[in-house]
Amino acid sequence: MDIAFLTDTFLKLIAALPMTLILFVSSVAIGAVIATGLTAMRVSGNPVLAAISRAYVFVFRGSPLLIQMFLIYYGLGQFPAVRQSFAWPLLRDALFCAIMALAMCTAAYQAEVIRGGLQAVPAREIEAARACGMSGFLLLRRIIAPIALRQALPAYSTEIVLMVKTTSLASLVSVWEITGTAQKINAQTYRTMEIFLVAALIYLVINFVIIRLLGYVEYLLSPHLRGRPAPAST
Amino acid sequence: MTWIDYIGFGEHGRGVLLIYAALMTLGVTLAAMVVGAIFGALVAWGKLSQSRIGRIAGDAYTTVFRGVPELLVIYLVYFGGSQAVTAIGGWLGSEGFLGLPSFIAGALAVGIICGSYQAEVFRGAYLAILPGELDAARSIGMSKMLRFRRIIIPQVMRFSLPGLGNVWQLSLKDSALVSVTGLAEIMRVSQTSAGSTKQFFLFFIVGGVLYLVLTTLSDRVLGFFERRVAKSFRGSIGRA
Repeated sequence: MDIAFLTDTFLKLIAALPMTLILFVSSVAIGAVIATGLTAMRVSGNPVLAAISRAYVFVFRGSPLLIQMFLIYYGLGQFPAVRQSFAWPLLRDALFCAIMALAMCTAAYQAEVIRGGLQAVPAREIEAARACGMSGFLLLRRIIAPIALRQALPAYSTEIVLMVKTTSLASLVSVWEITGTAQKINAQTYRTMEIFLVAALIYLVINFVIIRLLGYVEYLLSPHLRGRPAPAST
Repeated sequence: MTWIDYIGFGEHGRGVLLIYAALMTLGVTLAAMVVGAIFGALVAWGKLSQSRIGRIAGDAYTTVFRGVPELLVIYLVYFGGSQAVTAIGGWLGSEGFLGLPSFIAGALAVGIICGSYQAEVFRGAYLAILPGELDAARSIGMSKMLRFRRIIIPQVMRFSLPGLGNVWQLSLKDSALVSVTGLAEIMRVSQTSAGSTKQFFLFFIVGGVLYLVLTTLSDRVLGFFERRVAKSFRGSIGRA
């Protein structure tokens, strides 16, 4: 075992960790905003908006993320109109395109998760709130959103953890995050096993930390499930 | 040339290539599902076994291959496999670099990944078998193998069908990543066609539509099988 090589590889890969985290955090955050919009459209009661939201989810969940990313990065740049537009400085930036593709894709999955959470809000809670005179935004803020969030959290955590490894696709549009850097070192040294095992280990540690953090959030959001006295008899 | 000429079946059209690419995507996904079923069954067996080592090995497998990027696994199998093939070739007297065929590398890599998902599906299906049925089989004197063949296998296959459907859809999309090994499936052919005609937008849209067609069709087929399998449970969701 070549400790010096492993250490060197580890340091090079850790240097790429910030890029993976930037991709991860920004795409999950932007995805959450888009997903909220999609869910709002879906439950708006307007058939046109609901159909648009359904079509979005169908397209982005039914095709691979890689092709979506290539479509944004290579596809849009093909048109002179896009190249001359104000958005071109952004759209020719690989990092921006990668984040947008990741965000738009995870938004489709997140929208389904949020919708599942909304459907799990018991009708009687909403009726009780209405009976107290709550309506509109107050009802959403105090009753629907907290319950839906709590219900959706386990599935939401799964989606967030999946996003960590999905960021690796950004390497294929030349964003040098961990997997891309690993492949670059591999192309130079051909010591495949050692390099990819170090990279895998870094991903597993990131996942472990994120799962722990999300577990803590879940714990914070479910005080009503804790500290119940043990049943007297079984 | 209009866009229809690019994707059509004419002289410069890529229609035939795209059809072959779609079949290649189906083929590599099918092969991966078979590989994954073998790995998945072994891992599920380990996870369900009494042996501590079996459980730890099974848990390690599912944690690693569900947590590590698919792309990393594909690189590992492709480059690692190619080095192994080159080494074996070296012993047999061949000179130079030998590559692992990209179809085999792709099927193996996606198979290893989907095996970790299939393991969970199989485990859940096994746990859904009523313990009373196994007791009953034992009480009328069925041996371990006979119980496995007559009681466990048929029910595990039935209960795991919806879960396997999800894994299939997942693997269909993961197979796009095999394009990095040069396998001429939908992603790769869209890329090369886009590159040589400079029609990036068109070919990536076409590639995306082909994937949507495949996922929608598989959804139909899976629904059909699920309904067929549910026939014997008529009148109730599960079992009494």
